[in-house]
Amino acid sequence: MVKILTTYLHKQTKTASLAVFRLLFGFMMFLSIIRFWSKGWIDSLYIQPKFHFTYYGFHWVKPLDNYTYLLFFICGLSSIFIAVGYKYRLAIITFFLSFTYIELMDKTTYLNHYYFVSILSFLLIFLPANATFSVDSYLRKREFLKIPKWSIDSIKLLLGIVYFHAGLAKLNSDWLFRAQPLRIWLPSKYDFPVIGNTFLQQEWFHYAMSWGGAIYDLSIPFLLFYKKTRTLGFLLVLFFHLSTSVLFPSIGMFPFIMIVSTLVFLDENIHVKFLNFFKAKIKFYKNLQIIDSFKYPKASKSIILPIIGVFFLIQFILPWRYLLYADELFWTEEGYKYSWRVLLTEKTGYASFKIVDAKTKKFFYVDNTDFLTSIQEKQMSYRPEFILEYAHYLGDHFKSQGHKNIQVYVDSFVALNGRLSATFINPKVDLYQEKESFKHKDWIVPFSSAIKIKGI
Amino acid sequence: MLKKISIILVAVSIIYACTSSEGEDTTSADNFDRGAMLINIADNIIIPAHQDFTNKLAALKGAGVNFTENPNQSNLDALRTSWYNAYKNWQHIEIFDIGKAEELQYKFFMNIYPLTVADVESNISSGNYDLNSSNNHDAQGFPALDYLLYGVADSDAEILAKYTTDLNSSNYKKYITDVLNQMDTKTQEVVSSWSSYRSEFVASTSNTATSAVNKIVNDFIFYYEKGLRANKVGIPAGIFSDNKLPEKVEAFYRKDISKELTLEALNSVIDYFNGKSYGSSTSRTGFSDYLLYLERQDLNESIVNQFNEAKIKINSLNNNFFNQVDDNNTEMIRAYDELQKAVVLLKVDMLQAFSINIDYVDGDGDG
Repeated sequence: MVKILTTYLHKQTKTASLAVFRLLFGFMMFLSIIRFWSKGWIDSLYIQPKFHFTYYGFHWVKPLDNYTYLLFFICGLSSIFIAVGYKYRLAIITFFLSFTYIELMDKTTYLNHYYFVSILSFLLIFLPANATFSVDSYLRKREFLKIPKWSIDSIKLLLGIVYFHAGLAKLNSDWLFRAQPLRIWLPSKYDFPVIGNTFLQQEWFHYAMSWGGAIYDLSIPFLLFYKKTRTLGFLLVLFFHLSTSVLFPSIGMFPFIMIVSTLVFLDENIHVKFLNFFKAKIKFYKNLQIIDSFKYPKASKSIILPIIGVFFLIQFILPWRYLLYADELFWTEEGYKYSWRVLLTEKTGYASFKIVDAKTKKFFYVDNTDFLTSIQEKQMSYRPEFILEYAHYLGDHFKSQGHKNIQVYVDSFVALNGRLSATFINPKVDLYQEKESFKHKDWIVPFSSAIKIKGI
Repeated sequence: MLKKISIILVAVSIIYACTSSEGEDTTSADNFDRGAMLINIADNIIIPAHQDFTNKLAALKGAGVNFTENPNQSNLDALRTSWYNAYKNWQHIEIFDIGKAEELQYKFFMNIYPLTVADVESNISSGNYDLNSSNNHDAQGFPALDYLLYGVADSDAEILAKYTTDLNSSNYKKYITDVLNQMDTKTQEVVSSWSSYRSEFVASTSNTATSAVNKIVNDFIFYYEKGLRANKVGIPAGIFSDNKLPEKVEAFYRKDISKELTLEALNSVIDYFNGKSYGSSTSRTGFSDYLLYLERQDLNESIVNQFNEAKIKINSLNNNFFNQVDDNNTEMIRAYDELQKAVVLLKVDMLQAFSINIDYVDGDGDG
């Protein structure tokens, strides 16, 4: 076993694949930042809101007022540096830190693909992505033909984990046997050309899409991995992601990032040709010393490999942590994030907060729009940890306004995947006294719908 | 291989192009006809209701002219009656905050309460005011008339004195005239816009933030939550404040019609939900039918039942909500709770079923 591993770790592959990946990744990230900026989201999501939902343990990560723009600028700039491979290590570390900081500023905007970008850029810190076709190699006047095979494989493995877990997450009764939430979403796309008023309205089509999606996610890593099925796999990637992109425009850049990322599975010779094509165009990129293979210095290798090992161990375990929580995952969302559960639930919530004076029993309800943007209110309304953090914020706010003996209660209702709405948080629990932790939140009313959810 | 990939790319785009040109003429017999729903709402609900309101308002304006020309008890009574009729009718209008009404902010000129009496009085005493200014939203419309006809003095004789012997009587009369003209002008604009706006309205069936379908659903819920539940019941009951605020009831000066107006508003909400024609018992396509199409009988039933529960509870209250809040606010809060339960069904369940976006701030999401 150890022998197999050591042999594997000594295997080499062509540098081109990783360089192409670096180039495209940097480019896509740059586009994402430009897109985000141009839509005015820096202002509306990070500067305008009075209050931000923070991540547990990262309460200190806050938007930086107008310097938030600088943060995005740095992030965008570092992605260009990554693309061209200039001061690569510094650039990718800067990108990882700035991008992750941005994501940690407000969890209202949590998206699986942002999380994917964060961990992928972390992984890229340790890979020799500038070993060829980069400004770095031009300046050093040398480039490498080969790199350790595990470096490119680690990206493939990460992509495989994403798809496979996304597929496993779909193996539940709501997705497979109720065609939910597609059965809600697809009919509402009735104004989509041609299929809107036909296929999208038909139940068999909702089931076909659900099952097809699950099978796609589970099989795509393997289809892409084996040479014989690679073309088919890549065709499916294109079809699947392009159709989700047009049907669900709200998923933004995600389909394109996935399409571009899966190019890493293509045969290494295609990447070589691709690079040669560009190298030929860039006249001054020549006279470089060609070194056969890139090797990590022993010392750094002995640090990097364990880090990557632990990294993947975490990636394998994290999606399963939900098993530690007893109640229904889709209802409580305890252990829901960082697990590639994409477009899996349709939830709508309503949360109305009641501020009570414990002594006089006088109370009033809060107008959420006084404190939250509509997107924050929406995300908060069906997520227990958001509700708790907001309840504390309200308690502190009204305390600072001179209110006494404050208790904070919430009347909340959530509808999940087309079930009738039900009470979500125990309305008799004073949330101001509850603390955030990884423990099960016993003030969530247990999932009680007669339509249970079974599966992974 | 590069060649292979480009062939694949071309092939995919050809397949893509083909699938999107195929079967343009496919009929959609099994699809819910939102166009029919909009036509019903426009032709059988909105336009007839506005027509009726125009008539009531014309009567009100006429009575206003009579009164200001001849301020006596019988003209005061006549004016009060037509005010009451129009006010009741208004409960069928406020919910349609779309098109011209939205553009003009029509409802802000018609029914913002509580009235700011100080503004009304200072407008009258100075004789210098601009009713189009947003500062005067809470100094005109039905609530201003409520005050001028019932609350400006303690007895009818003293009220009449304001329009006859008072030093400022001409300004008082002018204020009534100006408020009525303002209501009339705005209403004319809204009503006449429907003759051209109708076709745009009924064609706007897409699922986008600005389409008529989405807007009327959002407006419907917004009105129910804010205009009806909060303004008429919740705010006076002190749901949103430290203390109860009975002086914030609708028609505060007339006193005994706040319940009637609330019930009228609730009835209009129920009829609208069911797609019931204005002033007749025929029902055609409404939100209710949309839910049934989406196989949400359970939800449809829950909503209908909850509306009825709310109606029963409100019916059991005092005609005068001021007194109800003052004497026994617990019952008022109970009525609020029943209204509130339907907010959840509409805002959470119905919006989910329709899959209509209520986010005005847009952003990416992956559920």
